[in-house]
Amino acid sequence: MSSLGAAKQERESESPDAPGLSSVGVRSRSLGDRFFRGLTGFFAALVLLSVFGILVTLLAGSWPALKLFGLKFLASKEWNPVTGQFGALAPLYGTVITSLIALLVGVPVSFGIALVITELAPRWLKRPIGVAIELLAAIPSIIYGMWGLFVFAPVFAAHLQPWLTNHLGSWPILGLLFEGPPMGIGMLTAGLILAIMIIPFMAAVMRDVFETVPATLRESAYALGCTTWEVVWRVVLPYTRVGVIGGIMLGLGRALGETMAVTFVIGNAHDVHLSLFMAGNTISSTLANEFTEAVTPLYTSSLLALGLVLFVLTLIVLIAARLMLMKMRAREGERT
Amino acid sequence: MNLYARRRVVNWVGLTLSILATLFGLFWLFWLLWTLFGNGLQWIRPRLFLESTPPPGANGGLANAIAGSVILTIVGLGMGAPAGILAGTYLAEFGRTSRFGWIVRFVNDILLSAPSIIIGVFVYGLIVLRVGHFSGWAGAVALALIVLPVVVRTTENMMRLVPDSLREAAAALGAPSWKVTIVIVYRSALPGIMTGVLLGMARISGETAPLLFTALNNQFWSTDMSRPFPNLPAVIFQFAMSPYEDWQHLAWAGALLITVTILVISIAARMLLRRTRS
Repeated sequence: MSSLGAAKQERESESPDAPGLSSVGVRSRSLGDRFFRGLTGFFAALVLLSVFGILVTLLAGSWPALKLFGLKFLASKEWNPVTGQFGALAPLYGTVITSLIALLVGVPVSFGIALVITELAPRWLKRPIGVAIELLAAIPSIIYGMWGLFVFAPVFAAHLQPWLTNHLGSWPILGLLFEGPPMGIGMLTAGLILAIMIIPFMAAVMRDVFETVPATLRESAYALGCTTWEVVWRVVLPYTRVGVIGGIMLGLGRALGETMAVTFVIGNAHDVHLSLFMAGNTISSTLANEFTEAVTPLYTSSLLALGLVLFVLTLIVLIAARLMLMKMRAREGERT
Repeated sequence: MNLYARRRVVNWVGLTLSILATLFGLFWLFWLLWTLFGNGLQWIRPRLFLESTPPPGANGGLANAIAGSVILTIVGLGMGAPAGILAGTYLAEFGRTSRFGWIVRFVNDILLSAPSIIIGVFVYGLIVLRVGHFSGWAGAVALALIVLPVVVRTTENMMRLVPDSLREAAAALGAPSWKVTIVIVYRSALPGIMTGVLLGMARISGETAPLLFTALNNQFWSTDMSRPFPNLPAVIFQFAMSPYEDWQHLAWAGALLITVTILVISIAARMLLRRTRS
């Protein structure tokens, strides 16, 4: 879905605030200046306007459905275009569960990658590893989907799923998660592919915040005789905690809205199952599959309401992520 | 086990797991690329670029989809990049410390990570519903909205790298500030700004979700942007999900084509960026 640069961009810190020309005292009232300032300001406002427009469009479009179903929309798992009953529970459940799986797998891996790049890899290896991981972010979502459906799912069904059922299936509660036929597709597959897709984003943020740790802190810990692991776990990680959590939230934001890869492998069933092997649905995959088929206004409106739920969800996660990363940067600013 | 031995073991286990995690990450990249080349390379033939998408069972290529995607990308960039550059200019030159600048920066970061399918839904409501049918223009607008935040972000960062002493020197010579920006700042930040445009291009080249209900798709050769427009990602989606083997072959070829294009653009952007920074 995103590109090599997106991962980089999302974490690039703003340079410490310099006053800028207009506040250095070079302030001109000439027509040309006012025009230029107005022109650029207009496009800056356009950015605000488009996010605002997204919210308004989604709200207006989903109004009929929300008015009809009210809060029950979120609680009902009924999704029946024929009888005109729509509820968001199944796709919402699928979205949350797949994203959680993605985090569960992706966070430790990203941490490991960031650790290797910042602490372990020799200088000449750092760059190639970083580039390779970021290329993973450049590959479009639809390619992950095809690969997931045609290559990963069969391998998964033939080897991994039976293994999980045999080893964990008989456990008291955990076993319920791994019940059912090994179809290859389903919520677990979708979650795993999401994990691969968000690893580059989280690893990139973690690497960057790890690098903000002052050398003196790190070196003092080494000088006290700490092992590499202890330095990372007891010094680097506590120091960068806010930034790391911000990075994880950024990854979560990606996972929640990821569309094409999930659409290929999740199986598209409006069901709520405890077992992760079963086919499910996410908000985005429902939109991708059904939007152009929605024939009644209520159907379209319900889909727009789903979109609204997704947008609000990601909005909350992303705002939290940004605020945390900003806090991290502010602290960095205090230090220098 | 004494304390020292335990610490050594913990260290060893932790570091080994980290290295395994890195290999795990790289493993997927190679597996993906391996699959793509293995399944796609054999179907890259001249016909792919010369003939339009076929009905199942017939011979054909992806010419209309490739051309459509190129046009959509160019038009999307043409709308999104200039807007992004100007907005980024505002943030770097006028809005560094203002409250408005802070808000725009924050919202831009949100837009940068907003799910692309939501942007598709937005453009559907904004354009498709009003006009009454899917169109290439709607697709291009959706892509432009995805390019926008990428370019805003890079432009601002790159323009801020230009030292203020340059601006002040030009202003001291009597240049009005719009001239300082255009003649001095743009010139020194140009490679960086181009990097942002390239990154935006890489990002939209493979976007599928926002095109599904804006540009839709078109089986035939078309250059009419006011009608449903052919594009590669939508064709790949449709063909890959189909039960027809020849369609799936075309989907693999298209997937390989898109991925190689994006990787090349991404690497070009990265090289440009490195040259700028050094």
